[in-house]
Amino acid sequence: MQEYNMVVIGAGPAGMAAALEAEKNGLTDIVILERDEYIGGILPQCIHNGFGLEYFGEELTGPEYAYEFIDELADSNIEVLTETMVLDVDENKEVTALNKEKGVLKLKGKTIVLAMGCRERTRENIRIPGDRPSGILSAGTAQRYTNIEGYMPGEKVVILGSGDIGLIMARRMRLEGADVKAVLEIMPFSSGLVRNKVQCLDDFDIPLKLQHTITRIEGQERLERVRVAQVDEDFNPIEGTQEWIECDTLLLSVGLIPENELSKAMGLDLHPVTGGTFVNENRETSIEGVYAAGNVLHVHDLVDWVSEEAEIAGKAAADYINNNLEKRAQKIEITPAENVTYTVPQTIEYTFGDKKFIKVFMRVTEPMEDVEVKFSANKEEIISYPKKIVMPGEMVTANLPAALVTDEMEEIKVSIVKKAGENNG
Amino acid sequence: MQIIVIGAGVIGSAIARELTRYDVEILLIEKEPDVADGTSKANSGIIHAGYNADFDTLKGVMNVNSNPAFDKLCEDLKVPFERNGSLVVGFDDDDLKKLKEKKANGIKNGIEGLKIIEREEILEKEPNINKEAKYALYAPTAGIISPYELTIGYADNAVRNGAEVLLDTQVTDLIIEDDEVKGVLTNRGEFRADLVINAAGLYSDRIAKMAGDQFEIHPRKGEYHLFDKVHGDIVNHTLFPMPTETSKGILVLPTVHGNLLIGPNANVIDDKDDFSTTSDGLEEVFKGAKKLVPSLPESGVITSFSGLRAALPSEDFHIGFSENKKALINLIGIQSPGLSSAPAIADKVVEMAEQFSKNNNIEFNKKDDFKEANPRYPHYHHYEENDKVEEWQEIVKQDEKYGEIICRCEHVSRGEIIDAINRPVPARTVDAIKRRTRASSGRCQAGFCGPRILDILSNHLKIDPLEVTKKGKGSKILKAKSKEIILKNLEEDSKVGDQ
Repeated sequence: MQEYNMVVIGAGPAGMAAALEAEKNGLTDIVILERDEYIGGILPQCIHNGFGLEYFGEELTGPEYAYEFIDELADSNIEVLTETMVLDVDENKEVTALNKEKGVLKLKGKTIVLAMGCRERTRENIRIPGDRPSGILSAGTAQRYTNIEGYMPGEKVVILGSGDIGLIMARRMRLEGADVKAVLEIMPFSSGLVRNKVQCLDDFDIPLKLQHTITRIEGQERLERVRVAQVDEDFNPIEGTQEWIECDTLLLSVGLIPENELSKAMGLDLHPVTGGTFVNENRETSIEGVYAAGNVLHVHDLVDWVSEEAEIAGKAAADYINNNLEKRAQKIEITPAENVTYTVPQTIEYTFGDKKFIKVFMRVTEPMEDVEVKFSANKEEIISYPKKIVMPGEMVTANLPAALVTDEMEEIKVSIVKKAGENNG
Repeated sequence: MQIIVIGAGVIGSAIARELTRYDVEILLIEKEPDVADGTSKANSGIIHAGYNADFDTLKGVMNVNSNPAFDKLCEDLKVPFERNGSLVVGFDDDDLKKLKEKKANGIKNGIEGLKIIEREEILEKEPNINKEAKYALYAPTAGIISPYELTIGYADNAVRNGAEVLLDTQVTDLIIEDDEVKGVLTNRGEFRADLVINAAGLYSDRIAKMAGDQFEIHPRKGEYHLFDKVHGDIVNHTLFPMPTETSKGILVLPTVHGNLLIGPNANVIDDKDDFSTTSDGLEEVFKGAKKLVPSLPESGVITSFSGLRAALPSEDFHIGFSENKKALINLIGIQSPGLSSAPAIADKVVEMAEQFSKNNNIEFNKKDDFKEANPRYPHYHHYEENDKVEEWQEIVKQDEKYGEIICRCEHVSRGEIIDAINRPVPARTVDAIKRRTRASSGRCQAGFCGPRILDILSNHLKIDPLEVTKKGKGSKILKAKSKEIILKNLEEDSKVGDQ
């Protein structure tokens, strides 16, 4: 069994950034295992722009963003094995993988970085009844066909779900000449980035039907039509609002699920909201030396933050091996309070060292304007930051300054509330 | 002697295979692009113990006589099968009375091991069952099977033994001369035979009518939910509620592949092509299953589907020579427990064919080179499930294509998919690959492997990617090459402009 200081599972943006950051912090003997034939994860098929504004300060396409890391990897001593499927990881950090040159591979990592990304929810996950024809596919699969394989999956398209991939693919299909009939969203608001709604739908006159869903699929062989209905507050179809839309293709953009089958095999518990593992501020899971970062941990809307999060994990893994970490006397829980659905991390377990702050990622439950993101402990505010607008589709981040965290704190609550002193009416 | 079997479901395929033991020419004709493409692919996948039907019904006899055959059959055909046992669950003393009647009927039928068990033992066997369950009829000989793999195994074996399978071939009429069936007309031309066997399932009434035999199939739809494998161990046995007149009720069972299956409901419909699921039906299945296992997970369904049972008003099987024309055997109304009865039905039809040949002075002799067994194709998941991953190394060494995983959810390699395309009955569609390898049947439902399987099919069948289908005919997956649609639009726009 070959031993490594770090085994990274997945060569998407998270895996690449974690490995590179670990090497920058002095770690050697790093290997990345990637199941696809190329590295970069989903980025190479995301040929639109909008990547890198936060991380690189310039707007890049997906492939360009990926190449910044791919080039760096080429110049590094990090080993990358492509077409290598990890089949099992156990709690002793032993990894079983398969590739065609070496067959069954057994590796052991002093640290493991889980960077498997996420997968798309399917028709079955949301239980749309009806026939089972061809022409129904996830927006991401359609994106691969269109941008990598060079084929159009259809000509008359309906898109269910206004997540970012759905919005991007609405525009992509339209640019390829398809008739994009509508984007349907069951919620009263789009779950994608505002800029994507504007640039992908509004600019191309593609209708977004909020509070609408599909109640039936018809077509014996190829998809022929879908029945669309408006829904009430409980997401039940409203009688009399149903109409049929003729289409040969239905793209589903109905959410992403962190791909944690391997994490579960290791015995890690999953967070009921994020679908990812529980982690401390180093993105370390409940198994020491096992880290998770990127969409496997929680679904991000910007790859920039995936890179940033993975670097936290990569650096921490190097510090762990170099014995640069010191556990706190007692761990601090970070818990979501008003209008916060979840936070990452969920705990603080180590002393801060030279860290100035901890960046906390969170999502809101409801859209709200003129708010403040508030950290508090023992019912007293630690710090708060004003925000003009928060939306469920856009992740919120806020820094918790190290200097304000004391050893007495057992729990730090994070809430998003109307700005203090303002009239709510 | 030449024999045509119409319909490559489990019954037609079983008959074809058993007939290849004899020195006869077999032609198995199927209208769909794959075998097992009708009722045989969408049912509960159960081998019943046989306590349900009376021994004076044909289905009772066929079921009971078939049950012991499955161990050897599945070993020979390399079909996953497990005798997991079944429980019919009762909640009060009325139910107990009915369970006792069932047990008595089962004993009369010669079924071994039947036992009525009470709450404590039920809970021991099934910790997640409804705590109100008071009595259960336990049948240790009941089993679970992959119904489509049984069908494919039968058909593959038939081909290995000389039968020919014609897919995408629909019988449009019978050739009848002097009141005797002489063959069939199809969309691919005319095929002649000494004997025609109608195993057309849902459409067997239509074929029978071509000979003037009057039957009326009333399709009964059953809807199912299949759960992710993480929920596969919620139950160990096949759990039945108390049955009704026409249905054994909504079951909860593990599948041989380790998933959890719930269903079916039972609704009589008119349209034999209606395989759609309905929101009411899917809800009904959930509700029904929850009566047996209240802690059923709300999420975790990876696919929902429906199947049609080909029921006759008599609710029994009909197996017999045509009453109007010679040289035609009709198998009609082979609904549940048809799968459980396939081996005995095939034996019975072979006897009838032998009788027919004797009456007509046609030779009907056993072959001495019949190949009983199918080869075992390597499947990574077998090695994984049996903790023999290291041994897979040998397979990859011989052919590196087994080292490339194409389906991430079910861990299916490129080599396995190519094997499926090269089997005696070849997989030519994405769904046919799925039934032979499990590729794309997992939790992501082809999101990851879809484009990869399409590529392999296109390469190995030597067809354009645009011609690859999900399930044959019009079910193409792709519409056009990039830029073709936009160029076509521009051309049309410029034409409009010219006018």
